[in-house]
Amino acid sequence: MIGLSHYLIVSAIIFSIGLVGVLRRRNLLMLFFATEVMLNAVNIAFAAISHYYNDLTGQMFAFFIIAIAASEVAVGLGILIVLYKKHGSLDLDDLANMRG
Amino acid sequence: MENLVYIALFAPFASSLFAALFGMSERQVFVGVVASSLLAISFISSVLLAINLYTTGNVIHVTMMDWISAGDLKIPFGFVVDQVSVTMMTVVTLVSTVVHIYSIGYMDHDKSFNRFFSYLSAFVFSMMILVMSDNFAGLFIGWEGVGVCSWLLIGFWYHKADVTREENPSISPSWAANEAFIMNRIADLGMLIGLFVIYWNTGSLQYDEVFAQLPYLSETILNTAAFALFIGAMGKSAQFPLHTWLTDAMEGPTPVSALIHAATMVTAGVFLVIRANPLFAMTPEVSFFIASLGTFVAFFAASMALVNRDLKRIIAFSTLSQLGYMFAAAGLGAYWIALFHLAAHAFFKALLFLGAGNVMHAMHDELDIFKMGGLKKAMRWTWAYMGLASLALAGIFPFAGFFSKDAIIETAFNEGTYVLWAVLVLTAGMTAFYSFRQVFLTFHGDERYKEFGIHPHEMYKYVLIAMSPLAILAMVAGFGMHGYEAFVTNLLPEYHMSEHTHHLVIWLTLIVSAFAISGILLAYVKYAKGLKRDEKLENSFAYKLLANQYYIPQLYEEFITKPYKIVSEVFWEKVDLKIVDATVDNIAKALYKTGDSTRSMQTGNLSNYLNWMAVGGVVLLVIAAISAMLV
Repeated sequence: MIGLSHYLIVSAIIFSIGLVGVLRRRNLLMLFFATEVMLNAVNIAFAAISHYYNDLTGQMFAFFIIAIAASEVAVGLGILIVLYKKHGSLDLDDLANMRG
Repeated sequence: MENLVYIALFAPFASSLFAALFGMSERQVFVGVVASSLLAISFISSVLLAINLYTTGNVIHVTMMDWISAGDLKIPFGFVVDQVSVTMMTVVTLVSTVVHIYSIGYMDHDKSFNRFFSYLSAFVFSMMILVMSDNFAGLFIGWEGVGVCSWLLIGFWYHKADVTREENPSISPSWAANEAFIMNRIADLGMLIGLFVIYWNTGSLQYDEVFAQLPYLSETILNTAAFALFIGAMGKSAQFPLHTWLTDAMEGPTPVSALIHAATMVTAGVFLVIRANPLFAMTPEVSFFIASLGTFVAFFAASMALVNRDLKRIIAFSTLSQLGYMFAAAGLGAYWIALFHLAAHAFFKALLFLGAGNVMHAMHDELDIFKMGGLKKAMRWTWAYMGLASLALAGIFPFAGFFSKDAIIETAFNEGTYVLWAVLVLTAGMTAFYSFRQVFLTFHGDERYKEFGIHPHEMYKYVLIAMSPLAILAMVAGFGMHGYEAFVTNLLPEYHMSEHTHHLVIWLTLIVSAFAISGILLAYVKYAKGLKRDEKLENSFAYKLLANQYYIPQLYEEFITKPYKIVSEVFWEKVDLKIVDATVDNIAKALYKTGDSTRSMQTGNLSNYLNWMAVGGVVLLVIAAISAMLV
């Protein structure tokens, strides 16, 4: 029987994968993907917990997150295109020009 | 009548503000005229209030506003016009009006003419608050106010160079101003303690409420309060051992010496004792101490005046001496006699100082009476004024000083304190001697000033006319004594001589007068024909001791000022620099260092920031987990 904890474990694993991606990747586009992965890990947890408690609020939240993630991607990709046009690269090591 | 109270109080304030408007600009005669007129208005209001009080006997009590109101502490800004305060108001405003007019002439060539009037009027305002307040807090405000104005005015010529006492025994104005201010701070601490003791034990600072509570207080508390208040009075009235500032205060302009350091401010201490007479009446030990100290100072100051050569300092010593007389009377319970002597003294002492100012003006600021002589020819009016004031000071019938001083000496006899009586009689003789030594050396004999190339001239006419009210009062004030007694004993306790004293009164008077007249005669014999210096006498130990003011200024310098300076330096180097400053500096340095060392985080690389963010997130999670486990 697949229970709540299984879903949560899957969610945690996916979240960790996303986190590692955020920490290790150098390409901005890949960072973007990694954050999407993290968001969806959270969605899984929301849906599972919502089902477990028989409360629809969690699933509503998951939809909200999907909607916000979509708009975020729209804005974020626009910024990425401008950045690429300006620097010719999306590598974070090349973009470091705010050294303190 | 209430309006008159406010006019009397605030006219000097208006005058001060008006003069302050022109404080930085050139000399404007109208500033002096306006200031003098406002003071005259204040004087007229005071006189009207006095007449009203005399005819109707109604004490006017006004409360202008609530001033401090916190918890149980309620101090209104209230003023009372009763027999004591109206006496002070009239005397203060009269003398200050005369001094204001006098200053128009005296400060003629001074570039800070306008500023001078601003300070002088501010002083009068503070003095009015001091005498009119109906509570100790208001009195204290006025007390500090006159202290500040005194500081400003003694140091009026602050630009004069600072010289040490070794080079110039008459030091510099700014030094003298600081000395006066600091000595008064010491005494004010005593005064503050007295006020706190009173407030803690009676729960009020209003005079009438405090005095009503006095019978329920223990003897220790009463003695503490009385003694602490008297310490405050000692500072303001320059009683031993806080007396050195008064003679040094002569560095200020002469009108200031006349107004503040002779007629009004220095008598504030006596006023305090008179005002708080119910308290002092219940503490006979403290009162006797006051009387003894007063008598001692009367003698002590007079002895220093015997040999001094400085025109203004001689008068300053005589002020000290007369303050001693007032304290003697107040300490012996004859409060109204002390107040009467205070008023009479204000008239003739202000006149004496203003006369000295005329002499200074004529002699181009020369103060050494050994360099004067024969000035009578050039300055007939000033000679008359100063002679008259000296007669009053010496206590010669029928001048004002005769009545008031004689009453004090009789009191000392009546109380059975024969030692005090003897000292006071002896002092009366010394007073007559030094006053006339000064008059003869200044105005009679050979014209010693000629060899210094000075051409003395008389003061302006209007100044001499302005001085006349003081001269008239110095002559006739004594005859008002019985009327004044009836008036003021409505408020102050009566004082009657015993039957025994009454029989001897004529003899006592004769003894005092004999001492005074022989003092004058001695001065005449020694000095009227000219100055013959006696090398042997001047080199004798006693003479040197007196000329150096018993070496007390030097003692203070050696045993208080210098050790204090050493201690201050130690504290500065060891405590301030090494502990206080170091603590503050190290906090700042630590902040700088953490900033410096964490700056390397700012690589500009987004990836690094994200890593740090993750680290932060993990740290927060760990803290949350730990705290969850602990709870």
